[in-house]
Parts: sequence; structure tokens; C-alpha cells
Amino acid sequence: MMSNLIKKIGGGLALAMFSMLAHAEYAINFPTPATEIARQIYSLHTITMWIIVGIALVVYGAMFYSILKHRKSVGHKAANFHHNTMVEVIWTTIPFLILIGMAYPATKTVIAMKDTSASDITVKVTGYQWKWEYDYQQDGFKFMSSLSTPRDQLDSKAPKGEHYLLEVDNPMVVPVGKKIRVLITANDVIHAWWVPELGLKQDAIPGFIRDDWFKIDKPGTYRGQCAELCGKDHGYMPIVVEAMEQADYDKWVAEQKAKAASSSQDAGKVYELAELKSMGEKVYVANCAGCHQAKGEGMAPVFPALDGSKIVNGPKQAQFAIVMDGKEGTAMPAFGKQLSDTDIAAVITFTRNAWGNKTGEVIQSSEIKALRK
Amino acid sequence: MEAVHEHGHDHHPSGIMRWITTTNHKDIGTLYLWFSLIMFFFAGSLAMGIRAELFQPGLQFFQPAFFNQLTTMHGLIMVFGAIMPAFVGFANWQIPLMIGAPDMALPRMNNWSFWLLPVAAILLVVSFFVPGGAAAGGWTMYPPLFIQGGISGDMTILAVHILGISSIMGSINIITTVMNMRAPGMTMMKMPLFVWTWFITAYLLIAVMPVLAGAVTMLLTDRHFDTHFFNAAGGGDPVMFQHIFWFFGHPEVYIMILPAFGIVSTVIPAFARKPLFGYASMVYATASIAILSMIVWAHHMFSVGMPAAAQLFFMYATMLIAVPTGVKVFNWLATMWQGSMTFETPMLFSIGFVALFTLGGFTGVVLAMVPVDIQLQDTYYVVAHFHYVLVSGSLFAIFAGAYYWLPKWTGHMYNETLGKWHFWLSVIGFNITFFPQHFLGLAGMPRRIPDYALQFADFNMISSIGGFMFGATQLIFLFVVIKCIRGGAKAGNKPWEGADTLEWTLPSPAPYHTFATPPVIK
Repeated sequence: MMSNLIKKIGGGLALAMFSMLAHAEYAINFPTPATEIARQIYSLHTITMWIIVGIALVVYGAMFYSILKHRKSVGHKAANFHHNTMVEVIWTTIPFLILIGMAYPATKTVIAMKDTSASDITVKVTGYQWKWEYDYQQDGFKFMSSLSTPRDQLDSKAPKGEHYLLEVDNPMVVPVGKKIRVLITANDVIHAWWVPELGLKQDAIPGFIRDDWFKIDKPGTYRGQCAELCGKDHGYMPIVVEAMEQADYDKWVAEQKAKAASSSQDAGKVYELAELKSMGEKVYVANCAGCHQAKGEGMAPVFPALDGSKIVNGPKQAQFAIVMDGKEGTAMPAFGKQLSDTDIAAVITFTRNAWGNKTGEVIQSSEIKALRK
Repeated sequence: MEAVHEHGHDHHPSGIMRWITTTNHKDIGTLYLWFSLIMFFFAGSLAMGIRAELFQPGLQFFQPAFFNQLTTMHGLIMVFGAIMPAFVGFANWQIPLMIGAPDMALPRMNNWSFWLLPVAAILLVVSFFVPGGAAAGGWTMYPPLFIQGGISGDMTILAVHILGISSIMGSINIITTVMNMRAPGMTMMKMPLFVWTWFITAYLLIAVMPVLAGAVTMLLTDRHFDTHFFNAAGGGDPVMFQHIFWFFGHPEVYIMILPAFGIVSTVIPAFARKPLFGYASMVYATASIAILSMIVWAHHMFSVGMPAAAQLFFMYATMLIAVPTGVKVFNWLATMWQGSMTFETPMLFSIGFVALFTLGGFTGVVLAMVPVDIQLQDTYYVVAHFHYVLVSGSLFAIFAGAYYWLPKWTGHMYNETLGKWHFWLSVIGFNITFFPQHFLGLAGMPRRIPDYALQFADFNMISSIGGFMFGATQLIFLFVVIKCIRGGAKAGNKPWEGADTLEWTLPSPAPYHTFATPPVIK
């Protein structure tokens, strides 16, 4: 039975080794740094590793020599020494000096990481369960950024794409060679904004703003993930930063500004039920389906069903309150802070007229706007 | 009564009542050890679930919400249900035997501190079946996420309270026993190192368990009475919880490793047939580690964004711990040096401990450096690091101690061949599981995720295979223990040639009452 087990494990191992060769992608170190800070971290880690290799050779060397030579089976007789002050002083002092040598460059990098002064652009980054918001306050636009990997790939019903779980609908865009200051906070629970190639990880703490900075050398796409457990979809809130030349960035900013202007023009528009329903469905899939599920069936008892729900089929004011302000003590966020009036009107209209819910009510964005006063 | 005890008669009820009413340190030690073994297998099976889900990218077995329950409960139960009670079991059995005392100082409290444990364990296990499932906010219970959970959050808080009370009572008992019940002539600096490490650990427990109790109580009132301790909207601060939690949490990691140091410092001299090198410096190093452990807590939270001065202070203090820890490793090596070693299972596990714990210590120094930690915080590198110190550290020491003292406890020798199989398969399985996790962390895989990007697939598959191997191997241990209790070669008073502590002057198995007359210590 034992040998059978070993055979099975051996077979599995051989398989794993084979698949390793087939992929030939087994990163064993930090990704290539894209900023000066990430480069410093990379070299700090490299130096530390070499010091460790040196110490390990001495420690394991002495250990294995002793195991081989000082064993009873080769007839070695035990000595009887049990202390030696000189030796003990030496092996207390030497590690102490090595540590001072390591602490010095680390200290310099810590101080450089903290220097957020003289930045060129400031972007406010807010973590939500389970997406990120990027607010370009200087330019007056903001947008949500959520996972764009299709659900079928997660459930292994479709082949997984190259950037599986590391792709978003709207990436953060920054110019290269500019000092970007990020103001990081969260709306609900603690998240952490982390892009390994930028050498930046900062917890996003609800109610507090922390700042940090990065300056990217070369244009490219840099991918990261939320690094602090933030609930069930913690694994599904990636971060994508696109770094581009200043001219391309300026073009992108102009597009974003135009988009923001056109959506504020649409704000007062009155829609038909069918229009609102189809707009609302998109908002629902992006923001609500993660918990309340695609068909509004929810996941009892944590995430209540919307299909047949008393609140969704009852007076609309109750539903307005819960969508706008969230529900404390649960994962239901205050969408009033995240979505536009039109989106909220659309998604409420959708839920009140989808699945088994047939209120026939149409909610217009003006009703939502009125609530905000 | 005294006279009766002197004659070695066993006065206790039989059957289940013996165990429920017992005040005997050996019975209670046995209860603790069995309890921790059961919890070890339960929490271990949760880990098997984690590794099964991570075997391949995509969601195969569990939905993300349940995956978070698995990681949370695996951590909580291993820490509070398996590792800590196992060491208390060793303390109960061995401290009175090693200092020549007839029992623990407070035997009735001893009974109570054990019987609290099953209550807490039931709360934790049952919480899987309540609406919403078990707690899923991580074993660290960070708010505001933990506040969002269902009733299982309250059950977890209650369980932590009960476990804390049990630990505090156990610690009071150990300190009182060591202070008052040593045999005449057993001065403090003659105590076996296992007793010393537990003595210091008990102080640590008394210092920090009430802090944890305070933290979880604040969570409870935040959940139900709107106290807003950790809610910025009400004037609180979610990061304050982390400071309080880790003020407990960092000493906690030493609570789980100092008794392991004690076991290894007992086993290595016995099988090297040579006295422990640097006994006094071992005692001082243990005390320094305990004191330093209380001023390094914020290295668990470098990424929350503390000011540079705070980050630097905690970085320097953390690096400083490497010095006394290094002294300990060098002392163990010097004990082996020029010895006459044999390699029975307890020695194998102890050497495995020294080699692999040292590796965990190395990665600890890497993580102490703030800039590097910023990259590695909350990645699989950290997961690898703490499993090197907790599995190949604490757990291997527990195995070393169990094999070492089983002959004294049961009166039989364990099966040496099976013991060696257990060791080698554990070491190999352990390293296949956790070594690749260093690479995963460096390459950027966050911890506590149910699914991952494709570049992490290969190492995760290897890690899972190692995990299943390590998990299955532990059944050998269960088999060896049961076999050893039921029979086997008779163990003499002192089956280990180089052992020199007091328990080996007694018959095996140790009689129900021992040292009713204090031994004479030269």
C-alpha cells in the first residue's frame, strides 16, 4: 500500500515536472522592475540573498560535516565541552555587524519611498468590494475599473486567456517619466493596491487616505492585484496600469474629459422602460451580480435574493435608500458614491422589472438626483 | 492519604469519569495531546481542501466564499487548537517530572483549563454549519471585513475568549509550579531548558492573551452595539485593531516556538551524548527573544502606511531578533559538534527542525527589510516563511518530543522503522509543498486567493502534490502512536543512552503518582 502511494506521488511529480518544462514559465524572482524604487528593492533582495547563501553554507556545512563525522556508528567518542565564552561573543557580534550592513541601504530606500513631494500628477485610488476607482481630480473625471475576465473562464467552461484574472475593463493610465502621486483609500473594507513591477503596495483603508508614488521608465502595461483579503471576490480585483508617452496620455485625457462631459449632458434625459432595462442590466452585471447572482437568486443567507424580494417589489423609497446608502454590517455598499444618477435609476428599474419582479415602474434619473440634495 | 500515595496506589474513577474529573497532570497531559492531535487532523483536512482547489487555475471544488472559510479556519484551529494545546500537553506531562514535583501546583484549575478546550473547538467546528458558514475574514480577523460576517463571527470570538482563558489558567499553573514545586536542590539555573522555555512562554501568554481578548471584545461590540472602535465613520480606526492584534500576535509566534526550542534543546544533547552547549546563553537568549518579541509587532503591517520613523524602528527591532535566534542555532550546532550522534526518530525531527527553522529564520530577515517586505507582504512568500517556522519549526519539535517521550508515557518503544518513514516523507513532502511558495510570492501571487493567473500554475501544482503527500504521511504518526500504546518492546527506565533529566529515573510507563517524595538533586 505504501509503495503504491509512493508510485502515485512519484507519477504526479513526474507529471508536474513535465508540465513545468512544457510551460517553461517558472518565475523564481521578482518581475523586472519598472521604477527606480522597484530596482532598489530588487537589488536589496539580491544582496540579502547572497549574504544568506554565505551564512547558510557555513551553518549547513558545519551541520552536515558534524552529522557525517561525529556519529556513533563511525566510532566517534563524545567530547564533553559545554561552553566557550570567546566563541559565544564572536557569534553574537558578527551577525549583529552583518545586520547593520543590511539595514543601511534598506533605510535609504525606505526614506526614498516615503518622499511623495514634487509630484506631477495626483490620482485618487479607491478600493471597493471588488473593484477599483481612479479619480483624476485635476482633470475632473473618474472611472471604475473591474475584472474583465469572462465568468466562463473562471468556471473552466472556456479556455483561459493570456491575462486570465489580470485584465480589467478600464485600466489606470499614466504618462511615463512623470512622478505620479497616488492617494489610496477604500470605501468599505481594507484593500491593498499593489503592482509588483512598480515596487508599490499600499493598504487602502476606509476613512483614511495614504499617499505613495511611482515614476515609470518605459511605456507598457503593468499588472497587479489586491493584496489584502477583502471578502469573497478578493481574488478578482486586479489592477492594470498603462504607461504611455506624454502625447498619447494627453489624447487619452481629452477623450476621458469628453466622455465625462457627454454623460453629464445625458443626465437629465428621460428614458423608456425598455431602454432603462437594457442599460440597467449592464450596470447590474458589472456591480450587483457578484453577490445577488445573475438571475437575482442571491446566495442565502449572506446575499439576499432580489427576485421576489419584498424590498424590490415594495415601495421604491426603501430600495432607493438601500442602493444609495448601502447597508451597514453587510457587504452592500453605498452605490450613491459609486454610480451616476442614470446608472442607479437604470439598475433599480431593471431589478424591479426583471425575473419574477413585475412592478412595471420606471425610475428616472431625476428622482435619484433629488435624493442627493 | 499521603501514605497511600507513597505506595503508588491509583485512586481514580474508571471509564469516562476518570478523564472528566481527573486532576492528575499525566491524565491532563494525555488529554491535551489527544485533543491537539484531533484538531491537527481536522485543520489539516481543511488545508487539503485549500491545496485541492489551488491544484489548477479556475474554480474546481469550492466557491470563493467557502475557500475563505477554509483558509480562516485552517489558521485559527492550527494555531489555537493544534500547536498551542500540544505544547501545554508536553508541559503537563513533563514539567512536574523534570523538576521532581508530584503534580502541577493547581490541579483542579488544570482540569478546568483543559475542559474549556473542547467547548471552544465545538464552537469553531459547528460554525461551518450555521447560516453563512464559518468565519471567512482570515485568522487575523481584521475589521471592517470581519464585522460583515454572520453569526459564525460571534462564535469565533467566543471560542477565542474561551481558548484565551484556558491559556491564561494553564500559564498561571505552570509559573506557580515552576516557582514553588521544584525538588530541593533544583535551582533555577539547573532546570532543564524545556522547563525554562515554558516558564518564559507562560509569562508571554499572561502578557498578551488579555490583549487579544480586548481586541476581539471590541470587535464584538462593534458588530452588535455600534461602538465604532474600528470604524472611521464613527471616529474609530481600522488600523488600530491591527496594532492591538499584532501586539498579541507577534509574541504569539514565540509562544508557539519557545517550547519547541526547549524540546529540541533536550533531544539534541541526549542523542549527541554531550551536554547542551551554552546552557546559560540559551536561557538568556530565550528571555531576550521573549522581550524583543513585544516590540516588533508592526512588522506585520508595514504596508498600512506608517511614518518612516515607525517603519525604521520596527525594522531594526525585528532584525535584532535574528541575533539571539542565531545564538540558539549556533548552540545546537556546537552541541552536535564532536558528539557521538545516533539518529533515532526524535533526533531526526530535531535536526530537521534546526535545518528548516533556520531557513524560515533567513526568510524572516528578508521580510524584516521594509522595502522588500512591501513587495512580499500578503504574498505566498509570507505563507512559505511562516510554515517553515511553524510546521518544520513547532510541529517538527512536537513530533521530536512525542517520539522522545512516548516510551516514558506508554512503557513501550515506538516502531523505529515507521518513525523514520514518517520523518523522511514529512521532510520531503513539506519541502515540495512550501519551497516553491517562495517563488510564487516573489513572482507576485497574493495569498488567500481561490484562483490565480496562469503564470503561477506550475508551482501551485507542485505545491499541492507535496501538500497531499505531507498530509497523508501524518496518518503514519497516528498509526505509530496507537501501536505504541497498545504494545511493543518494553521500554526500560531510560531507553535513551544520553538522556539525563529526572523523568528517566522513573519506571516506564511513569506511575500514576510520581515524586511523592522529592528526589535528591546533586
